[in-house]
Amino acid sequence: MRATEKINRRSFLRMTGLTGTAFILGIYATANKNGNTIVNMSGGIEESSSLTPYIMIEKNGQITIMNPRPEMGQGTFQSLPGIIAEELEVSMDQILIKQTSGEKAYGRQVSGGSNSVRGQYMILRKAGAAGREMLIMSAADNWKVPVEECYAENGKVFHRSSGKSLTYGELAEAAAKLDVPKEPKLKDPKDFKIIGKSAARPDIKLKVGGKAVFGIDVEVPGMVYASVERCPVFGAKLLDFDDSATRKIKGVLQVVKAERVVFGKTHYDGVAVVAENYWAALQGRKALKIKWDYQGYDKFNSEEYEQSLRELAKTDGFTVHNAGDFDKAYAESESKLEAFYETPMVSHSTMEPMNCVAHWKEGDMIEVWASSQGPSLIKDELNRTLGVSQDNIKVNIMFNGGGFGRRLQSDFASEAASISKAVGKPVKVIWTREDDTQLGPFRPMTFSAMKGALSPDGKAIAFQHKVISPSLGAVRNTNYDKTKPDNSMIEGISEQKYEFPNMKNHYVYSEFHIPISAWRSVTSSTLAFAHECFIDEMAVKAKKDPLQFRLDMLTKESDTKKVLTRVKELSGWDKPLPKGRGRGVAQYEFFAGLCAQVVEVTYKPGGAIKIDKVYAVIDLGTVVNPDNTKAQVEGGVVMGIVAAVKDGIRFKNGQSIQTNFHNNRMLRIDEMPEVIVDIIADGGPTIKGVGEPGLPPLAPALCNAIYAATGKRIRRLPVDLNKV
Amino acid sequence: MASFNLTINNKPHSIDVDPQMPLLWAIRDFVGLKGTKFGCGISQCGACTVHLDGNPIRSCSYPISAAVGKKITTIEGISEDLSHPVQQAWIEMQVPQCGYCQSGQIMAAVALLKKNPKPKDTDIDVAMRNNICRCGTYQRVRTAIHRASEIIAAEPKKAF
Repeated sequence: MRATEKINRRSFLRMTGLTGTAFILGIYATANKNGNTIVNMSGGIEESSSLTPYIMIEKNGQITIMNPRPEMGQGTFQSLPGIIAEELEVSMDQILIKQTSGEKAYGRQVSGGSNSVRGQYMILRKAGAAGREMLIMSAADNWKVPVEECYAENGKVFHRSSGKSLTYGELAEAAAKLDVPKEPKLKDPKDFKIIGKSAARPDIKLKVGGKAVFGIDVEVPGMVYASVERCPVFGAKLLDFDDSATRKIKGVLQVVKAERVVFGKTHYDGVAVVAENYWAALQGRKALKIKWDYQGYDKFNSEEYEQSLRELAKTDGFTVHNAGDFDKAYAESESKLEAFYETPMVSHSTMEPMNCVAHWKEGDMIEVWASSQGPSLIKDELNRTLGVSQDNIKVNIMFNGGGFGRRLQSDFASEAASISKAVGKPVKVIWTREDDTQLGPFRPMTFSAMKGALSPDGKAIAFQHKVISPSLGAVRNTNYDKTKPDNSMIEGISEQKYEFPNMKNHYVYSEFHIPISAWRSVTSSTLAFAHECFIDEMAVKAKKDPLQFRLDMLTKESDTKKVLTRVKELSGWDKPLPKGRGRGVAQYEFFAGLCAQVVEVTYKPGGAIKIDKVYAVIDLGTVVNPDNTKAQVEGGVVMGIVAAVKDGIRFKNGQSIQTNFHNNRMLRIDEMPEVIVDIIADGGPTIKGVGEPGLPPLAPALCNAIYAATGKRIRRLPVDLNKV
Repeated sequence: MASFNLTINNKPHSIDVDPQMPLLWAIRDFVGLKGTKFGCGISQCGACTVHLDGNPIRSCSYPISAAVGKKITTIEGISEDLSHPVQQAWIEMQVPQCGYCQSGQIMAAVALLKKNPKPKDTDIDVAMRNNICRCGTYQRVRTAIHRASEIIAAEPKKAF
């Protein structure tokens, strides 16, 4: 650590909000991903982007543990601090958890990719263990006894034989002076008190009392409110606006041009009505008369775009996977099939609509208060869109009222900041539900052309999945290379464990001007539908049980085989269902993890399908919070059902037909099936994700169940369960 | 503009606003009680549910002028210490995920249990179907309502 790079202790303490002497442990992330080391920062820290002070123990006994991943309902507010607390030997109710807010010192802070726990499990344990060992050492020094005679428990160090003890607060000053152990001894998992134990989430009490502060709840002195009219036709330009009626509305302060920038490259015009209160801003907005130049984009319709995808399906695009000789095996087979699958665009529709409080201060300093999945992402966005240095941006991360990928975008923050600059005051911009529903970015649709061939004895010998879709990469990156396939659009199609001797997969790119983005479980949420329904079709053609057909293609040991075997037992798969009922199975493994599901449905006279039960088996390796894992899978199932059976987002005359929850319907409690979740946590070498894997298998398992109950094969989503 | 006298969580408030302003914005931005949430603005999602004389209403579409003289209760008013049986059950069952819709869910559940202390699943369906949860906590909402019903039954003399 070079002395010149040290920041002084006082400014560090100010940054972390601590007062007085403290024992502070951080993590130094070296360039080598596996080279994280724990460092003692009690004397000040290096001014580097990779230092992350996670544990702070003050003399007064206050123990603070930082949560570096925003909480959006997925449970990081408990799971990450809980991992540290486990090794530190403190209970959850002894610690104060603080959310990091994009400070450089904490490194990159983004909740996404189901990566929060699996990405940091070992380093957080090491940080906690190092802290525990240092506190024990300082107690042993104090008592002049061997370290081996001391142990830590519940925020105290005890001397085994005499029973005397010192609290962590009492030890903080001495521990702060010690060197950090290079290889702290981690606890034996059998001694875990928090990890694997369904700890209560500390944010729940706040949320049950209406006290959790979400972005939309933030108030700062001198704040005004804004509502922005943006053209629902993407690509339209602002020609002119008349705000004479708006300005007559009491409470309206100013009307200014606004600009929403998506992915730092696509600019959308808007007109912001700034007012003393939000209701006045809304009324003012309604009174605006705006002339838009649609530039031809009002001719865009989903129906025609979908037809263009079907046309594109006739081309080969990129070959993204080629094993064996698919063409030969397919041509020579006497038992082959093909099918075309279609999925819709959907909205994220977080319950908390997009919003942001921003204050552009003198000297080009920006402070932002936001519900966001990534304070680091907000800083990037404000820097690239508004040209303000990252050092001049302060971000305050609040509880997220849902994320699902939507809050990985920071378009709402740069727009709010520019409005604040225009009016010279802190401003709270709240999107209406209509804004939130119509303006995206959306989950893109994917279409899939499937081919399969069977041997005379009914074994799968050839398989093909061709994806035709717009590209997330093309929308995101200014320099998107159209000569290469976008790997994010073929997620998992070549990596399932099924042992197809011949498999050839393709990707066909389609231009798209509508903003699209990652949505919980990304492209697996649509590709799994085609992939796993088509495998069912192959099983039917082979006259085999769909679950056994899958297991027959999994001769080698694999996690996939494990989850399918477990879900077979869990669901009582082999027990016949009465007539009119059906069950379907699906699994999907992708970057986030792996889950298998069995869905049971009842076919009601008149054509309606009721989803009765969903059995889900999620494979994790190690589970940090079993109850929260179950909650995440329950939630993934619900979101999967909505995407499979509700409205989706469709465009007509350039704009989304869906505007609010009356025509972009969500699942409601009376439609909720029973969800039974089983977790496989057999201590395997890798930890898999929790937040997303519960989603992709739902649509195919449901549609396979509908087939089993009715004989009707669903190949296009959404499917209206009242009219199957 | 006009001045309105409101009684929110047993406290009087005087607010000078447009008579058409929905009660939601008065509660949030003029009284400063942020537990009641904005979700849709058209009575579709229930995030803004509060009680008017004990009955659940959608405050996003309820003009402030119509709330005068009525007893308004928000999430902050059902207990001071999370001791309401519904809150206890919600904590026990770890219901919320993101939590944004939960004030509305809890207010709807409190109103249901007041009228019907032992609701059947079908009663829960009817009473709770106006409240959307995007995180998908419905299974736990149902379990927690049954649990709250048990807690209420165990304390028959206490008024909730």
